[in-house]
Amino acid sequence: MEKLTKNKNIASLIFGIILALIFLFPIYLLVVNSLKTPRDVFLNTLGFPEEYMFANFVRAWDMMDFGKVFFNSIFLCVGSISLLIISSVMAAWVLVRTKTILSSIIFIMFIAAMVIPFQSVMLPLVGFMSAIGLLNTRFGLMFMYLGFGSSLSIFLYHGFIKSIPTSLEEAAIIDGCSKPLVLWLIVFPLLKPITFTVVILNLIWIWNDYLLPSLVISAKDLRTIPLSMFFFFGQYTKQWHLAMAALTLAIVPVIVFFIMAQKQIIRGITQGAIK
Amino acid sequence: MRKQAENRILFWIYLAPALIAFTLTVVIPFLIGFYYSLTDWNAISSAFSFLGFDNFIRAFTDEGLRNSFFHSIQYTILSVILINAVGLSLAILVSKPFKGSNLLRGAFFVPNMIGGLILGFLWQYVFVKAFPAIADIFFLGFLGVDWIGDKQYALFALVIVSTWQFAGYAMVIYIAALQSIPKSMIEAADMEGASGLNKFVYITLPMIVPAFTINIFLTLTNAFKQFDTNLSLTNGGPHKSTELLALHIYNEAFGYNDFGYGQAQAVLFFILISIVAIIQVRLTKKREVEL
Repeated sequence: MEKLTKNKNIASLIFGIILALIFLFPIYLLVVNSLKTPRDVFLNTLGFPEEYMFANFVRAWDMMDFGKVFFNSIFLCVGSISLLIISSVMAAWVLVRTKTILSSIIFIMFIAAMVIPFQSVMLPLVGFMSAIGLLNTRFGLMFMYLGFGSSLSIFLYHGFIKSIPTSLEEAAIIDGCSKPLVLWLIVFPLLKPITFTVVILNLIWIWNDYLLPSLVISAKDLRTIPLSMFFFFGQYTKQWHLAMAALTLAIVPVIVFFIMAQKQIIRGITQGAIK
Repeated sequence: MRKQAENRILFWIYLAPALIAFTLTVVIPFLIGFYYSLTDWNAISSAFSFLGFDNFIRAFTDEGLRNSFFHSIQYTILSVILINAVGLSLAILVSKPFKGSNLLRGAFFVPNMIGGLILGFLWQYVFVKAFPAIADIFFLGFLGVDWIGDKQYALFALVIVSTWQFAGYAMVIYIAALQSIPKSMIEAADMEGASGLNKFVYITLPMIVPAFTINIFLTLTNAFKQFDTNLSLTNGGPHKSTELLALHIYNEAFGYNDFGYGQAQAVLFFILISIVAIIQVRLTKKREVEL
């Protein structure tokens, strides 16, 4: 009996490995072809490169201005997510701790808005944002991510803060801590697990988002990775070796991040979905 | 008394940043959008006139919109079924206690981290170059079809990419549900001599029903909102045969600068998504009562 289950597990493992190889095959193709000459891409699509062309990366990097674009994406994510966390924690905390009808109505409004698909607001959004001068600026884009992201972030924080007993906060106030500071000194440190979830979910969203920046940003030097990838691909469709190098550049940071934080990412995703 | 006033001030100050950003980016555009959908607003002139429900009547007789609606339905049904079937199978496979199962989970999940736009570009290469090459070597003729250029296959190409992207996500949620099944239940069934199939049907399936609900609605709304991969893989082609709702609305609005009419379609799109969400809330609420 014991041996039987063991054999079964080995069979599952082998089957799993084969499946995983099939799953990762597109990524394998991406990497090997990014290192080939155009002729090699054409004649030897599936195999390893005959000659390793690291020059493809140099060219793709220059053509996309990858250094700048990468910085833009990082800057945008760090800025937007910091803004999101600070404002959502504050909003969620006062919404949980203030028991009035108005407070519940505001909370329900935030939650109900999660249903609205982006396409339903994009036209008036662009018109309205240009009227108040937030188009084509870094801050404007961060501000919009704050607006669109606050619903989910507040929802997640709200659920977590509800489970924290008020006695902790009351004790701190008796000890002389001012009420606004109680949030940052007492409550916020307790929110670490959910903060991680909020960071991960927003990071995956903002890092990969194409549509919003494409509508908001027109200046070339403010482009994010997905935006510049879109323009790059439009120009060099048939030059697969360069396109593959550019795509590899775009995907590597994500995969490195995933390998570094796999456990937390999967936990965060699960919590975000189940809530 | 003073304390109450202080609390009220704190309430508004702490709420302000999120509420202001939310109001300016979501609430106001959403409300303006309703109004615009009743007008002939366009990009060219600043003046526009009120049309009443004309835009909506036009939308219901619009063949392009109807076609994209049916593409979306087709795409949604296929991708919801495939993503969940593959996701659940993967979850069952990797929840077995063997070494390296974490590594496998990672491999299945990683496509989900990459954005839909970039995935579409990557898969263009897979469909255009790699599949024909594999078809030649292994004599798998069906792989060599014109996946992206042929009307017959292009929607399936989109479904394949979405399955590759989201199956790992569904898997993660199914794993969480599978792990919540108490070991004692399985052991008790083993003692009674239950077969593997019986254990699956009578213990595993009922225990993962909540995960089913979560996953089906997540994949359902994602499928209706699909935009990025649609844009980068097929751009709606060939001949608009893969143009899904979100992309259709985008193309119509920016292609013809007919913003009032585009906004009317966007409002209908919102109503469709809301109906799905309301059904979801109903179903989950009901289940909580039963439990």
